[in-house]
Amino acid sequence: MTDEQPSVRAEWPLYEVFVRGKRGLNHVHVGSLHAADDQMAVRHARDVYTRRNEGVSIWVVRADLITASSPDEKDPLFAPSGDKVYRHPTFYAIPADVPHM
Amino acid sequence: MTVSPQPDERELLEAFESTIDRNDRIEPRDWMPEGYRKTLVRQIAQHAHSEIIGMQPEGNWITRAPSLRRKAILLAKVQDEAGHGLYLYSACETLGTSRTELTEKLIAGAQKYSSIFNYPTLSYADVGTIGWLVDGAAICNQVPLCRTSFGPYGRAMIRVCKEESFHQRQGYELLMTMMRGTDEQRAMVQESVDRFWWPSLMMFGPPDDDSPNTAQSMAWGIKRNTNDDLRQRFVDMTVPQAKALGVTLPDPDLVWNEERRAHDFGTPDWAEFQQVIKGNGPCNAQRIAHRRKAHEDGAWVREAAMAFAARTHEPEETTHDR
Ligand SMILES: [Fe+2]
Ligand SMILES: [Fe+2]
Repeated sequence: MTDEQPSVRAEWPLYEVFVRGKRGLNHVHVGSLHAADDQMAVRHARDVYTRRNEGVSIWVVRADLITASSPDEKDPLFAPSGDKVYRHPTFYAIPADVPHM
Repeated sequence: MTVSPQPDERELLEAFESTIDRNDRIEPRDWMPEGYRKTLVRQIAQHAHSEIIGMQPEGNWITRAPSLRRKAILLAKVQDEAGHGLYLYSACETLGTSRTELTEKLIAGAQKYSSIFNYPTLSYADVGTIGWLVDGAAICNQVPLCRTSFGPYGRAMIRVCKEESFHQRQGYELLMTMMRGTDEQRAMVQESVDRFWWPSLMMFGPPDDDSPNTAQSMAWGIKRNTNDDLRQRFVDMTVPQAKALGVTLPDPDLVWNEERRAHDFGTPDWAEFQQVIKGNGPCNAQRIAHRRKAHEDGAWVREAAMAFAARTHEPEETTHDR
């Protein structure tokens, strides 16, 4: 089989699941699951990851659509922020008796 | 531009080891020694299979639970175990082993699961005893694994542990209810505890001097405690619970040792344990046959869902029709 149609015997694709625990919080990655399509992935995510009201909203995304930074580039990719200590408030010395700073 | 040389194995290993030494977590895309990956796949797969096979002994009693309340509880508990299996398969897949592959290995008998699930559930009291002792032993094993060195495994264990406490409590409550019942019911509880006590102690694995992989697993931070440590911890936790329940644990050597500030206890029948591990326990064949049948009987559902997904994703025509 060389065409685009996935074989019916193939494993269901892998989805990554993100859950918003409650209003006011970000969606957080909780794990993954297999589903035949997007709708089924949402339903399975509800059953697998929110059996005890752990969420008010679910995102699912096919794992093969995620672009990630490579662990091999770890140092060069994050290097730009490494030497910019002046981005942190603690870089600035302010006398202790100056209020509300 | 200069091409930076490929970091050699030595450097990669050093980076890996310093992550472990800092008590930091290894994440899926990090370099890791092949032995570390293999050990994890083996351990997580065995753990996942245990959750999945573990549904069978109790699932047996769902339709025969004595009340709607007990039935709803047992159904929820068994559903949780399915969830635990899925969290763990999901963690295992981050190591590059697919769930299908793991399932196939399980039904081919090529991968193991906990020996405890090869014992039968002969009476309804077993549902309570399993919750109390088997889930109790599982909790003892799993709590330290929340700090295991492989990130996805630890995160799965945190989810699992949050849910296990309900399992143990519902079992203990069930037994308490029976102990307040008739003499016959109390006898059922004692008989059940007599059957499950020793197999529960075997859940922690062989004694330390017969567990050759423990040292390496602990050096890698995969395991945090030895089998015998955890077994001791379980015995010490369970003795007062048995007393409160009013049952006797079937071990004449079980006694408090003031000097060690711990209980002394007898030796499980390790020959029996080896037999069960080898596939000769009372229910090994039945458990695998059932899992295989469920997998094969479900094939048409998986295929139909794939066919449906392919159809609904076909461009234009299908959407125009509706
Ligand atoms: Fe479980
Ligand atoms: Fe459980």
